[in-house]
Amino acid sequence: MAEPFLSIQHVRKSFGATTVVEDFNLDVAPGEFVSFLGPSGCGKTTVLRMVAGFEEPSAGKIVVSGKDITRLKPNQRNIGMVFQAYALFPNLTVAQNIGFGLKVAGMPRAAIDSRVAEMLDIIRLPQMADRYPYQLSGGQQQRIALARAIAPKPKLLLLDEPLSALDAKVRISLREEIRSIQKKLGITTIFVTHDQEEALSISDRIAVMYGGKAEQVGTPFEIYNRPATKFVANFVGTLNVLEGKVTDAASGKVQVNTQEVSLKGKLNGSKSGDTLSLALRPEAISLGRQPGHDTSLSGEIAEVHFLGSVIRVRVGIGGNTVSLDTFNNSATPPPVVGEKADISFSSGDMLVLH
Amino acid sequence: MKSGRFWAWVVFVLGAAYFFIPLIATIEFSLRMRRGVYSLDAYKVVLGDSQFQATFMFSVVVAIFTILLGVLIVVPTAYWIRLRMPQIRPIVEFITLLPLVIPAIVIVFGYIRMYGSNSPLPFLATNPGANALLVIGYATLALPYMYRAVDTGLRTIDVRTLTEAAQILGAGWGTIISRVILPNVLIAVLSGAFLTFAIVIGEFTMASLLNRPAFGPYLQNLVANRAYEPAALSIIAFVITWGCMSLIQILSRFAPKSANRPN
Ligand SMILES: Nc1ncnc2c1ncn2[C@@H]1O[C@H](COP(=O)(O)OP(=O)(O)OP(=O)(O)O)[C@@H](O)[C@H]1O
Ligand SMILES: [Mg+2]
Repeated sequence: MAEPFLSIQHVRKSFGATTVVEDFNLDVAPGEFVSFLGPSGCGKTTVLRMVAGFEEPSAGKIVVSGKDITRLKPNQRNIGMVFQAYALFPNLTVAQNIGFGLKVAGMPRAAIDSRVAEMLDIIRLPQMADRYPYQLSGGQQQRIALARAIAPKPKLLLLDEPLSALDAKVRISLREEIRSIQKKLGITTIFVTHDQEEALSISDRIAVMYGGKAEQVGTPFEIYNRPATKFVANFVGTLNVLEGKVTDAASGKVQVNTQEVSLKGKLNGSKSGDTLSLALRPEAISLGRQPGHDTSLSGEIAEVHFLGSVIRVRVGIGGNTVSLDTFNNSATPPPVVGEKADISFSSGDMLVLH
Repeated sequence: MKSGRFWAWVVFVLGAAYFFIPLIATIEFSLRMRRGVYSLDAYKVVLGDSQFQATFMFSVVVAIFTILLGVLIVVPTAYWIRLRMPQIRPIVEFITLLPLVIPAIVIVFGYIRMYGSNSPLPFLATNPGANALLVIGYATLALPYMYRAVDTGLRTIDVRTLTEAAQILGAGWGTIISRVILPNVLIAVLSGAFLTFAIVIGEFTMASLLNRPAFGPYLQNLVANRAYEPAALSIIAFVITWGCMSLIQILSRFAPKSANRPN
């Protein structure tokens, strides 16, 4: 990264004796869309609130365009923010809400009006200018909140779970809308969510957080396919975890149940006799031996769920159970519980979790 | 079931009689100033009395200043407690309730001792000073009502998030209170204001002991010296008080809507 637009450096936050955020580091490039993804209580909101200026870091600093803003008040930061609960001003119309930041900044009336109209066009609600927030649906309110946040042309946009109060359909269409507006305006954005699909689908990069730390920062592709820690692997996507025992570290032989797999070059540092967690994405596994898959294991069909276009099958391999999906095919009936079955995969897809 | 309903009616009628008979008697009496016929003479005399007009206007002005002082003290306090110090709320609630427990006469004697002509803060040495002290005393008396009304109003909005939304848009405290908080609790503030008005208009103890030309002492003086006029005056005071109460009722019925739609 040439020059980060936003740089969060060694930030720590304690409330009394409990440390909620520990040594958090992140550089965000200009125009980049970064998501904070993590379970409830991992400190996502706290980091975001420190960037906004609502909480003061206990240590570390926050730099925007080379300027240290750690001690600036929220109203001096020129940051836009969208809240989970919309937080529109109930006594103001849609147009007055969107124009609030402009009016506070002392913009002339005519300029405010034209900027508000422009914003209403961007969020595709031009006819709503004179409505009050209580006359709008949740999705509309959140679009107004977005327009209000970006109307003063902030350099940085923060969104704290903006979609979690909306129903599933609106959630998907609005997240795409947010992303396309963000791209069009080129505004650097941090988006907090605990929904992995949301994070994977719209982010340039994701910071997966756990226990107040960034476990891994990377593109959705990297996070999904090359999770750096066991937590990331488990949290992002569905994962089958198999317990294995290293039998020959030099040649990469690992025993799963009573069967042997070869993981040459992936064991970095494990010794013979170590137990390992091996992970496989469901989509990397096929039922039966497939050409191109160099590894196979035998087991027994444990569960079959017919879901329409796909059939989710769970196969027991010794003490482990592996989930995989096969496409429904009218010519072949689904497998039967209790049958013997082989699964196959490419050893390159197997993740060794540390 | 049947007899339960019967007794309910009996209690209701007794209660209504207890309330209405004195009222009707007073009205009836106030109309009897002219011998032999009912007339509004007593009302004409009262309303035409320059003393009435002067003391009533004095009390109205005092009430307005009391309301302004109350709003200036209570709105920021209640707001700040909700925003930053929810843990001290029980303490503040207790303090605001004290004027209900401590008689006004105790407060006034305290004032006279503290702010008399010979004290370092001689509020009572001048008329404007004494008036200011009266306003301050009334603001204290109205505190329980004002605080409760405003606090209830604040409960209906998400104070913290709205504050933060305004802050991040660049607003300072003045803008936040005047453009975001106050408009959303306006109805609550108004109902507190009407209660304050009703209290101030009829108050006797403080006004009398601080020797102010207010409506309460005038009323008392009239009762001691005249027959028909006090009855007319009581009815007038009653109508004013009930007018205020009904306005609160009407406003609070519109509250949820008008909190969102002040115009
Ligand atoms: N003002 C505060 N005082 C004390 N503890 C706090 C405060 N704010 C947050 N915490 C604690 O900090 C931790 C992280 O909270 P935070 O709100 O950042 O989590 P989050 O990742 O946003 O979770 P969620 O997904 O549920 O919103 C939590 O354990 C919370 O209890
Ligand atoms: Mg949160």
